[in-house]
Amino acid sequence: MASLLNPYRPPAFCPGCSHEVSLYALDRALAELGLHAHEVVMVSDIGCSGLFDTFFTTHAFHGLHGRALTYAAGIKLARPRLKVVVTMGDGGVGIGGAHFLAACRRNLDLTLLILNNFNFGMTGGQFSCTTPADASVVSGFLNALEKPMDICSVAASAGAPFVARGAVYQKDLTSLLVEAIRFDGFSVVDLWGVCTGHYRRRNPLTPQEIASTMRELPPFAGLAEKNLRPEYGAGYRTARSAAGPSPTDTPRIEPRFASPVPERREIVLLGAAGDHILSAGALLAHAAMLGGMWVTQKNDYDITVMRGPSVSELILSPEPILYTGVEKPDVIVALAREGVHRKREIFAKMSPDGRILREKGLEIPDTPAHIMEIDFKGYGIKRTERALAALSLLARANDPITLEMLEEALRSSLQDQALAMSLDLLGRTAAIPAPG
Amino acid sequence: MERCFIDGNEAMAMGAIYAGCRFFAAYPITPAGTLFAAMLDRLPSAGGTVLQGEDEIAAIGYCLGASMTGMKVMTATSGPGISLYSENISFAVAGEIPIVIVDVMRQGPSTGAATLAADGDVQFLRWGCSGGLPIIVLVPSDVRDCFTLSVHAFNLAERFRCPVFLASNKEVGMMRETIDMEKVEKPRVIERTLHQSGPFLPFGVGEGEDVPAFLPIGGPVPVRQTSSTHGADGYLTTDSAAIQAGVERLQRKIESRREAFTFFDADRRTGARMLIVTYGVTARAARAAAAAILTETGSPISVLTLKTLWPVPEHLLLEAAEGMERVLVVEMNLGQYVHEVRRILCGTRVDFYGKMHGRLIAPAEIVREVLHG
Repeated sequence: MASLLNPYRPPAFCPGCSHEVSLYALDRALAELGLHAHEVVMVSDIGCSGLFDTFFTTHAFHGLHGRALTYAAGIKLARPRLKVVVTMGDGGVGIGGAHFLAACRRNLDLTLLILNNFNFGMTGGQFSCTTPADASVVSGFLNALEKPMDICSVAASAGAPFVARGAVYQKDLTSLLVEAIRFDGFSVVDLWGVCTGHYRRRNPLTPQEIASTMRELPPFAGLAEKNLRPEYGAGYRTARSAAGPSPTDTPRIEPRFASPVPERREIVLLGAAGDHILSAGALLAHAAMLGGMWVTQKNDYDITVMRGPSVSELILSPEPILYTGVEKPDVIVALAREGVHRKREIFAKMSPDGRILREKGLEIPDTPAHIMEIDFKGYGIKRTERALAALSLLARANDPITLEMLEEALRSSLQDQALAMSLDLLGRTAAIPAPG
Repeated sequence: MERCFIDGNEAMAMGAIYAGCRFFAAYPITPAGTLFAAMLDRLPSAGGTVLQGEDEIAAIGYCLGASMTGMKVMTATSGPGISLYSENISFAVAGEIPIVIVDVMRQGPSTGAATLAADGDVQFLRWGCSGGLPIIVLVPSDVRDCFTLSVHAFNLAERFRCPVFLASNKEVGMMRETIDMEKVEKPRVIERTLHQSGPFLPFGVGEGEDVPAFLPIGGPVPVRQTSSTHGADGYLTTDSAAIQAGVERLQRKIESRREAFTFFDADRRTGARMLIVTYGVTARAARAAAAAILTETGSPISVLTLKTLWPVPEHLLLEAAEGMERVLVVEMNLGQYVHEVRRILCGTRVDFYGKMHGRLIAPAEIVREVLHG
C-alpha cells in the first residue's frame, strides 16, 4: 500500500525531532495494514504532536489541548468501522488526565500514540507530567518538586488492555504500531523521544540513557492480560439492542370525567422524605387531568433525598396556566413538620375559605384558613399512606377531584399489588369523616 | 386531544428526538438531570447513542466528534457545566460544528443552588467563550416551547453549522405541566447541506453563501476539522485577509439572517403606552400581571416575550416599542438583557425589574413595578 503522507505538506519538525521518526513509523504501520486515507481519522490536539494530522491525507480532527480522546470517542461510536488514531503529547496526557483514565476504563477501539518528550515543546520547554525531577527545564525549580508520572503503569491500573512503552530508536517501532492499531480495544503506546528544540538543549539525553531509564521502570510490551475484555463499542451496540424498545413512551391522559369544580385550585402537599408526597402530587395531577383540567406541578426536596422536607405544589385550572407559583393556596395538606417549615410563610396568606388537612398534633403557623385535623395514626394509616389518604379525603368532598377520578388515576398509574393496596387504602379512609 | 403531563426537560428530549438527534452526551447535574434520563430512556432504543462523560468537557467533546461524522448531537447541563464547556463552544464556533447545548439555568454565581432557578447565564452564553463571535440562544417559557424550540435549535444548528443554546431554567425544565401534543408546533425538520460535487474544501463556501457544505468524517472523501485558525482548506493560515474574511463570515452567517429565527410571542394591546419585555418563565408572570392590570385599572399593557435572545432581535424590539412611553424589562437576574434593550431602544425610557433569589418573580411584583415604578 502507498504512503498516506501528504506530499504537499512535508513534515516540518525541528531538525532531529523524534516526532518525525514517529510520523514515518506511523505511516509505515498504516500502509502495512493496507488502510486507505478515508478509512483512517487522525485525531490530535495542541502542541507539536498536534501537527500530525496535517501531514496525513486521512480524515483529520484537531481540537483543544488534552481533549483528543473525547473527540475520538464520539467519532468512533458514530463510525465504528473507522480506524481512529489519536496523537497526544505528554502535555496532553497531563491536562487531559480524566479523559485518559476514562478511555482506559472504557476500552473503546482507539489507538493512542503518546509522543512523550518530557516537556511542553511548543510553548517553550516547560515541565510536563513526565519531566524527571532532576531535569533542567525553563520552569525553574518547579519540576524538581513533582514526581514524574509513569504513563504505562497508570494506563494499566486504569484498565487499558494494550499498553506498550517504546522509544523512537527501537527497530521494531513500526510493528509495535501495527500491533497497537490492529488491537480491537483501547491501545496506549507511550513513545519516548527527544525534543531537540528545548529539552535536549539543557539535558543531553542519549538513546542509551533513555534505554537505561526505561529498564528501571516496569516493562509494558503490549497486551495487558488482566485488562483484556470485550471492546466497548461492540458491547454498547449489543446492550442497546438488548434493551429493546423504549419503556417510557409518554402516557396520554385524556379527559374522561367532568371536573367537580371547574375552577382554579392551588394545592400544596407538605411532608417529609418518605411520605410519598411527590407521588401523591403526580396522582392528583393525573386525576385532575382526567377531569379535563390543566395542571402544573413543582416539587421541592433536599438533595439528601432520604431526609428533610418533601413539598409538591400544584395548580389545577380549567384554562391553561400562566404563572406557576403558588402563593395563596386553596388547600394545604400538612403531614410533617419538615414540609410545613419549608413553606411556613404561605399559611398566613391563605383566605378564610382555604382548607388545611392537618395531621393530628402537627404544629402549623397561624392561618385564617379552615383547619381539619385528621388522626391518621388513630385510623391505622401508616406514614407512607397518609398523602394518598389525604387525597381520598379531598376526593370524598368532591373538591378538587372525585373519588372516581382518583381511582381511575390509580388504575392508570399502578399495577398488581401496589394498585390493590392503594384501592384498599381508599376503602379504609371511608371510616374517616369527610372534611366539609 | 393528546394531553400528557411532562416536565420541560422531557419535552426538550422529545423535541430533540423528533428533530433527528441520535447522539447525546452529558455529565450529571441538577436541574438538567431529567433531560439526561429522558434521553437515556428513548435514544438507545431508537438506535442512538447516549454517553455519560467523565466531566462536562468530555461530554461536549464526544458530541463534537460525533457531529463531525454527520450526527445530530445534543448535550445538557447547567451554569457550572457551561463554564467547563467554554473551550469547546468556541471550537464549535470556529470549526462550524452543529451542536445543541441545553443550559437548564440555576441560581448562581458558581455552584450556587442546584434546585433554585435563575436566568443568570444569558450574557454568559453569549460571551462565555474566546473570540466573541455570535451564537444563537433560544429561551423557552413553558413545556410546549421546550419541544418546539428544541426542534428549531437543531434546525438552526444544522442550517448554520454553529452551536445553538436552549436557555432553559429550573422552573421550566423541572416543572411538569399539561401539554396537548396535538397542538404543539412541530417545525419541519431541516438537514445539514451536503457537498454535492467537485473538489471538496471543508470550509469553502459558494458565491453568495456563508455556510460551508458538509461532508462527514468517515465518509469516502477525507475531511479536515480544526479548532485552529484555518483557511477554506482546513489548514492553518496566517494570511490576514483570509483570517478577516473567515471571522466576518462566521459573524455574518448568524447575524445577517436573524429575522429568519426571531421567535417571540407578542401580546399587543390597543392603546398600550407601556411595553413589558421579558423571556423565559418570567414571561408567564408578566402576562398574568398585564391581564390583572387591565382588569383592575383598565390600562392596556403590551407584553413582548422573547424566545430568541441572541442574536438580539433588533427590528422586533424597535417595532414593538414603537410609540411606547415606557418599556419595562423583567428578568430573573440583576439586569442583563436590559442592556441590549437599552442599546436598541435608546431614547425610550427603559426600566428594569429583576430578582435573583431562587424564586419566581410574582405577577404582583410586576404589577407594582408597572403602576408605581
